Amino acid sequence: MTPAAGRLDGGAGPLVRPYTMTGGRTRPASGTGLDMITIVVAARRRVDWSRLQPEHARILRRCRTPVSVAELSAQLDIPITVAKVLVGDLVAAGDVAARAPAPAADHPEAHVLQAVLDGIRRL
Amino acid sequence: MASDGCDTDPGDLPVAVKILVAGGFGAGKTTLVGSVSEIAPLSTEEVMTEAGMGVDDTDGVEQKTTTTVALDFGRITMSGSVVLYLFGTPGQGRFWFMWDELAAGALGAVVVADTRRLETCFPAVDFFERRGVPFAVAVNQFDGAHRYTAEEVREAVDVEAHVPVVLGDARLRESGKEVLLSLVEHVIRRRSPALSG
Ligand SMILES: Nc1nc2c(ncn2[C@@H]2O[C@H](COP(=O)(O)OP(=O)(O)O)[C@@H](O)[C@H]2O)c(=O)[nH]1
Ligand SMILES: [Mg+2]
Repeated sequence: MTPAAGRLDGGAGPLVRPYTMTGGRTRPASGTGLDMITIVVAARRRVDWSRLQPEHARILRRCRTPVSVAELSAQLDIPITVAKVLVGDLVAAGDVAARAPAPAADHPEAHVLQAVLDGIRRL
Repeated sequence: MASDGCDTDPGDLPVAVKILVAGGFGAGKTTLVGSVSEIAPLSTEEVMTEAGMGVDDTDGVEQKTTTTVALDFGRITMSGSVVLYLFGTPGQGRFWFMWDELAAGALGAVVVADTRRLETCFPAVDFFERRGVPFAVAVNQFDGAHRYTAEEVREAVDVEAHVPVVLGDARLRESGKEVLLSLVEHVIRRRSPALSG
């Protein structure tokens, strides 16, 4: 594993959390740095489901295969903002691994562009 | 740095990219997303914020405006562990000032132009031009509407010569494919000078 591989890209500011589902917490930890197309997957190790809150468990069950924050949000019918916070909690607890999106429009990587081109051609 | 006990290497996960699909209400954004997506379009909502410092804002008080917008999106799994998400984005003019968050990190955008009312795509074109987001225009030819040529649309919408303008039908996968290909080729052409320089 590369030194940075286990971490999420930083950058986003603290989130305001107006939702009771997130327990009204204001600590700016969970969800920070997550994008709506960040891809997450459940960690391989055993999870102690009894310590998870129902919302976290619902998300974790849908992370057996890689999935984006936006898809989790749509599948569970919760706003993206809320999904980011809940997924962020799971990342912080080590229950899911997360991969930040490919770099922005200014610096798309050649191999990513090539993969997109090939993928669209195959449509 | 260790990842807090997570034993899965994030480097093994697919990397995601996104393309926005913009245009006026009813122009065919969701239709286009659905015609190329490998999943039925999903919908969700995002809270968007704007730190509103008006020009006549002399007291220096920063005000934040938030609006919830509905987004629908599709997915196409690419080769080499890359996943493309297509986000159909609301076209109402009053949301445009909040689009920075959505546009951040996008590979590019498709602006769907409705041949029954071309002008409804102007705000989207303005936004992407100002933000420097590469875009292509998908001309969605509705039955019974005036049949424009690509050049007529280019002139009416007033986009630069290098911006792809593709005539099609949002309901057809071939049309969606063609405009996405044009967009990505356009992105690659824009990027190349920076490589050699
Ligand atoms: N005749 C025709 N109808 C279309 C075409 N594209 C979209 N529609 C229809 O127009 C309506 C609005 O399209 P939709 O994709 O929901 O528009 P959106 O508001 O931009 O997402 C739907 O009922 C579509 O079936 C087209 O190319 N030709
Ligand atoms: Mg729509």
